[in-house]
Amino acid sequence: MWIYEKKLQYPVRVSKCDPMMAKLLMEQYGGADGELAAALRYLNQRYTIPDKVIGLLTDIGTEEFAHLEMIATMIYKLTKDATPDQLKAAGLGPHFAAHDSALFYTNANGVPWTASYIQAKGDPIADLYEDIAAEEKARATYQWLIDLTDDVDLQDSLKFLREREVVHSLRFREAVEILKEKQSEKRFY
Amino acid sequence: MSDQVRYFEVFAGPFDPCPPIGYKSFQVPPNHFITFQPPNLPQFQPYEALKLGTLWQPLYSPYGSQ
Amino acid sequence: MSIQLDEAYYSLLHELQAIDFVLVELQLYLDTHPNDAAALQQFNQFVELRKRVVHHYETTYEPLLQFGRSNMPVSSWQWIEAPWPWQV
Repeated sequence: MWIYEKKLQYPVRVSKCDPMMAKLLMEQYGGADGELAAALRYLNQRYTIPDKVIGLLTDIGTEEFAHLEMIATMIYKLTKDATPDQLKAAGLGPHFAAHDSALFYTNANGVPWTASYIQAKGDPIADLYEDIAAEEKARATYQWLIDLTDDVDLQDSLKFLREREVVHSLRFREAVEILKEKQSEKRFY
Repeated sequence: MSDQVRYFEVFAGPFDPCPPIGYKSFQVPPNHFITFQPPNLPQFQPYEALKLGTLWQPLYSPYGSQ
Repeated sequence: MSIQLDEAYYSLLHELQAIDFVLVELQLYLDTHPNDAAALQQFNQFVELRKRVVHHYETTYEPLLQFGRSNMPVSSWQWIEAPWPWQV
């Protein structure tokens, strides 16, 4: 089971009301390489991966939910007091028509999240390379999001999330190395 | 300039409507030079680690204005 | 009792976030380096450090965990009284 801890993994501050940026951040909320996709991808793959790397998939998958909550916090703060006119001007008119200011799992273009964004091949190497690619794509998305805002507080949280992708990518590559190793051989650095 | 950035020349055609940018850059973060993290890598102190997003100094990848 | 969202609150929350982050990083590292004794020892050290900070946070403010996982008796249902992470 999972237990909720009532705090963010990293402080999220935004310094201005910017619903346009909220729309762009939805890419990491309900987009193909977003945090929801990441969490569901890893936690689903772990049932059929060799025991040696189940722990890693469980822990990174769990951390992704903490990142999802950070992205939600950014979107929430950036839109919470915006008027319908402001939302419309930011390109969120169609979102408002369906959801008011509720969050929803779509990408920045309003396309709803779909399970076809993620994969589970059942082949441990193929699955781990999918995970490595997902981390690199998420890292790139964070770069473009950092480029798209001049809010230094928001950039600060986005830089934290980008760095987490770098660490996760290395851990998944280490998982590949662990699975490549024959039982009797010793890993060398 | 960060040593985690690479550049490549972008072809400029005679009829391109936008002013040519010349070069484009992309990131190569440090995880791509480590196959398996060796033990006892230098660490950041807890507050700095949180701020930078990693405990391990060699894994830190700056981006944008730092 | 509602929480006073003052400097002391944010500073204690920040301290907890920093300690917890070290534990997250060590956890992921240990997942692929389970035989690293030094990392294990550092993990245990931070678990102890965390206990003290969590105790301070929970007795000053509110429980951090649901379903009775927080290690403190409750005199009122603070879980729903204090603001949520995305609100502070």
